[in-house]
Amino acid sequence: MAGTAVRGRLTWQVATVETVRDETASVRTIGLAVPDWAGHTAGQHLDVRLTAEDGYSAERSYSIASAPGEPVAITVERLDDGEVSPYLTEELRSGDEIEIRGPIGGYFIWTGDDAATPLLLVAGGSGVVPFRSIIRHRHNLGSDVSVRLLYSARSLPDVIYRAELDDAGDGVAVIFTLTRQQPPGWTGHSGRVDQRLLAETAWPAHQDPLTFVCGPTPFVEAMASGLVELGYPAGRIKTERYGGAEAP
Amino acid sequence: MTIRDDSALDGNAIGGLLLEVFGTEMTAAVAVCASCGASGPVAETVVFLRAPGTVVRCRSCGAVLMVVLRRGQQNCVDLQGLAALELR
Repeated sequence: MAGTAVRGRLTWQVATVETVRDETASVRTIGLAVPDWAGHTAGQHLDVRLTAEDGYSAERSYSIASAPGEPVAITVERLDDGEVSPYLTEELRSGDEIEIRGPIGGYFIWTGDDAATPLLLVAGGSGVVPFRSIIRHRHNLGSDVSVRLLYSARSLPDVIYRAELDDAGDGVAVIFTLTRQQPPGWTGHSGRVDQRLLAETAWPAHQDPLTFVCGPTPFVEAMASGLVELGYPAGRIKTERYGGAEAP
Repeated sequence: MTIRDDSALDGNAIGGLLLEVFGTEMTAAVAVCASCGASGPVAETVVFLRAPGTVVRCRSCGAVLMVVLRRGQQNCVDLQGLAALELR
């Protein structure tokens, strides 16, 4: 079985950029051709490594935006002081090659097996990326698990995958809140997700929902403790933190 | 001590590094803190990538669970803060 163990090892490989699509002014989805891709699960991520001519290299993790079985895609938000994201969102062109390794992660994943209870997805900003994979996977499976996505974004133009989320299909409810700026006539929620909005939009705890929370670290901490306050057992809340990006 | 640091990541962020070190998926493994006894998935630990090396701390008490230092092509791994690491 030695061969199996070696194959299981994660190695860097070269991926070719097939498509680039601007989602918002600062967010881009990059479709990749990866010759040796093992297949991924919804919620997983991959690592990207960029190496400068002088040998300096930087690695970052990005959630996979595509569903299992679809071509690999990542969605990247440009951080103005970032080392990697400005290159990925501004310089990268179709046909370019980047080094990646993945898929990665066995905790923040949704396989579709746990379909007996509803799913609550809570996203801050680009934390919505793994949820796109989950929602598409649910659709591809023909699953009828009920989904609520609570998505906090700065403004309507900052909403990633807006058209796709508006058309997410039966059984998927998307609840937006816009924290900084609301367009004229906006009838959705405004301001950050507070305990009232969380209580209003989250499934009742007695339905034993499975919950995923993804976004900037302070956002995730606030949502996770708010959900525990609503009676959600900590073990049913899966979290993924993106770090110190400004709260959406 | 609980950690309130907005730049902190969590164990999901080191899935690739741990796969490199351990040769298997580790974010769903359960880490038991040697200091306070708290246990939980590696994914839920507190991770600092910008410390000298990668520092993994207990979400309950803040104690250091793991440190991974990269030296050239090698990773030096310190697991002293762990009472157990249970693969699922």
